Parts: sequence; C-alpha cells; structure tokens
Amino acid sequence: MVDDNALRETVLEYVKNEYLDDDDDRGVGPDSPLISSGIVDSFSMVSLKTFLERKYKISIPDAKATPEAFDTVNKIVKLVKEFV
Amino acid sequence: MAYSEKLRQSYKKDLDEIRAAGLFKEERFIRSPQAANIRVEYPAGAPEQEVINLCANNYLGLSSHPEVVKAAHEGLEARGYGMSSVRFICGTQDIHRELERKLTKFLGTEDTILFPSCMDANAGVFEAILNDQDVIIADRLVHASLVDGIRLCKALQESFKHNDMKHLERKLEEFQDKRIRLIVTDGVFSMDGDVPRLDTMCELAEKYDAMVLVDDSHASGFMGRTGRGTHEMRGVLGKVDIITTTLGKGLGGASGGCVSGRAEIVELCRQRARPYLFSNAIPPVVVAAANKVLDLISASTERRDKLEWNTTYWRKLLTEAGFDIKEGESPIVPVMLYNAKLAQDVARDLYQEGIYVVGFFFPVVPKGAARIRTQLSASHDKAHLDKAIAAFKKVGEKYGILGLKKDQIIAKYGS
Repeated sequence: MVDDNALRETVLEYVKNEYLDDDDDRGVGPDSPLISSGIVDSFSMVSLKTFLERKYKISIPDAKATPEAFDTVNKIVKLVKEFV
Repeated sequence: MAYSEKLRQSYKKDLDEIRAAGLFKEERFIRSPQAANIRVEYPAGAPEQEVINLCANNYLGLSSHPEVVKAAHEGLEARGYGMSSVRFICGTQDIHRELERKLTKFLGTEDTILFPSCMDANAGVFEAILNDQDVIIADRLVHASLVDGIRLCKALQESFKHNDMKHLERKLEEFQDKRIRLIVTDGVFSMDGDVPRLDTMCELAEKYDAMVLVDDSHASGFMGRTGRGTHEMRGVLGKVDIITTTLGKGLGGASGGCVSGRAEIVELCRQRARPYLFSNAIPPVVVAAANKVLDLISASTERRDKLEWNTTYWRKLLTEAGFDIKEGESPIVPVMLYNAKLAQDVARDLYQEGIYVVGFFFPVVPKGAARIRTQLSASHDKAHLDKAIAAFKKVGEKYGILGLKKDQIIAKYGS
C-alpha cells in the first residue's frame, strides 16, 4: 500500500524538477493547476504518465490519462491510487 | 439526413467558442506574387493595400525568383501538370529522383525521399523506423507536425525541457533499457528563432547510443556558412542521422518536404511511410522549380549572405529602438509584447502603417509570452527595413513600450 503523503511528495517533486526551470518563480502546490495553467502541455504530460507507470509498476489506460485527471498533483495521486 | 440541425448547431457552438476565446483565424487575400512588397486585401472586401511583408517564410527570396518561375514553366511544358499516381506506382519521374539526389548532396546525407510536405515527412518517419521497444525523446517545443508524427508510432514518447542538455542526458540514461533511443528537435524553433546545441546533442547521442532527428524546415538553405542547415552551423555535418525539411519555406516556398539521412532509414520510409505510400507524387512543376532552387543555392551563398546581413541589421534596429526581442542568430526575430491583446493591437496598427506582421499568443506560444514574429528575407533591401523600423517606432511610441523590459510591459498591460 502506498502512503498518500509519500505519493503526493514524490509527484510534487517530480513535477517541479520535470516542468519548472530553475528560474521559474511559479509556485506549485498539491492543488495548483498544471495543464490548464500551461505548466504541463498535452505532449509533455506523457512524461509524467511514463514516470508514474515505471515508478509504481502500474499501467494507466489512455482513457483514464486525461488532461483533467492530470491537472493537479492531488488529482494525479487519486488516479495512481486506483491502480497500485 | 445525417447532418442534422442538432449537429449543425453543435458545430456552430464550437466555432462561437473559438471566436469568444479570440482564437478565430481569418485569411488575408494576397493579390500579388509572394515578395518583400505584397498587395493585400484585408479584411475581405477592403481596398487593396501595398505592404512590406515581414511574416513570410520566404527566407531566400526565391518564391517568385525569375529563374525559379522560368524553371517551373519549363517543367510544366516538359513533364506535364500532375502525376495522377503515388510515387511507387507510376508517379516517379526522372526529375523526382534528380531532386532527391540534389538534396542528399546539399544536406550532406546518404539518401533522401520526397514527401508531399514536411508535415507528411514527420507524420511518416517515426512509424516507419520505430516500434514499441523504442523511445523518442523530444524537445518540448518541437513543431506540431513532429508531435503528431510521434503520436502515430508505437514507441514510448518522452520529452526534455527546451534545449536543456542536462535534462536530455538524464532521459537518455533513464531509457538505456530501450532498443532504440531517438532524440528529436527542431533545427530552428519557429516561434523563438533559437537554435539548439546540436553539437552537445550529437555527443550525448554517441555516449548513450542514440540517434538524432532534426527538423530543419526553418534552416535549410541559409543556416550555416554555406546554408546547409543547423547541422553545418553547429559543426555536426554527417552526424545527424535524420533530417526532415521542407521545400515550402527557404527552398522556393511552394510545397513538398523530405526525409534525408541514413540510407536504410530512407529506404524503410520508401517501403513503409504511409504519407509517401498513400498520397500523390509532388507535381512536376514544383519538382522542376525545386531542382533550380538547389542549383542556385549550391552555386552561390549570395542569397543566404544577404539574409544574414538583413537579420543582423534588423536585430540591431529593433534593439536600438528599444524593443524587447528574443536574442538569436536566425532570421526569425520575435518582438516580445507578452500581452495577447497588445500583440494583436500592435500588429493591426503596423498593418495600417504598411507593415504586414502577425501577433502570436496562447496556445501558439505559452501564456504571457505573446509576441509579433518578424521574419527576414533575402528579398528585403535596407530600404524595406528602414521603412519598417520607422513604423515600428511610431506604433511602439503610441503604446509606450519602447525601452521597456519584460516586467515593465507586463506591469503596464498585464500578461
């Protein structure tokens, strides 16, 4: 069983490292919009899906990997928990 | 009737939403050949106006060059209008293969295959050479046609931060378990005009056993000392495995594209690439003219040299006038305005002053990064650019943006 807080921290850390530049002053929290704010676009969102699948050894069906489901860290956590 | 009133209203609603978001695109009617000066009817029904064109991809000024037009006429007479066939049935003439050979020599590769467009080249190449054991690692700002092509193939899709070689290296390390790693980038990024570190990229490709694909559509014919492209500019001639490019920009501006690179990859495209297999051969008239274009730019660097001079001069004029521009070496010079409405207002006012440019804003560029993209051509003379900068200064003064930096423009107009 994956701990919620640990999962949230892992995803948040990945998002910051993967999508924000060093000089990016946009703060990202668990409920910050990622896709609708333009931080993550539909093309680079795939990296996030791949990371989650490899990290947690899960397979997220494309039908579930929607921009809405990936729009905040908390939503991503909820999605991952469906499959771990 | 399948196209019911309900369906019609649904599509109308979609269009209304595009309009409400300020994203509705309208065509402007050009009533002259493509050139530095063009005659434009805009909006539809308005009186024709002569303007200086600063938004065409006519980098080498060959779109209406007399020798290119003459070659097109001769091609039409000698080889006819259309092929009425895909290449592999009865759509390949001697001049198609001649053009492929000339492109191969010019780009310094092993072989070349023509496609109806570079959009088609990018749509076909990935699926032809990769499968589900492979990974594509693409720069996050690559052109939409590369994104679409990548999505059409079964390889794992990955991306790295724009021109961030450390991030790319991490990805290459991470995916050592894959059969093939393919790094994908634009040669010149179309919205920012910047050129990636292809030299570092090729070193990383060597170190981590990866291939490199560069879309050089905004570079072929003029970037690099003899115009070969960004691989020449960055000193990696022969090291880029796959180059995709277009005949629709610097190389005559009509249509057509290609995949050029390792011989086996090109041959696999000939066997498997769906846009090649299932769409018509490029018309002989276009092929004949493109052959002339290759002759012209192979014989002399005069046109790319003039473009380089124009680029340097235009960047200097904009900087001295106090505009905030994206630094770079390509003839794509973005004037940063950050606010979408400001970009549209400035473009509209410049048009009234006789300068044809277009404002770009989200989703074409990131939010808060609206701009006017200016593009130079070898067909511009100094007088064109002097006239254009006078108009830019006048409009810049009107909006009080001259000398302002990013934060100041955003403070004044919002992002």
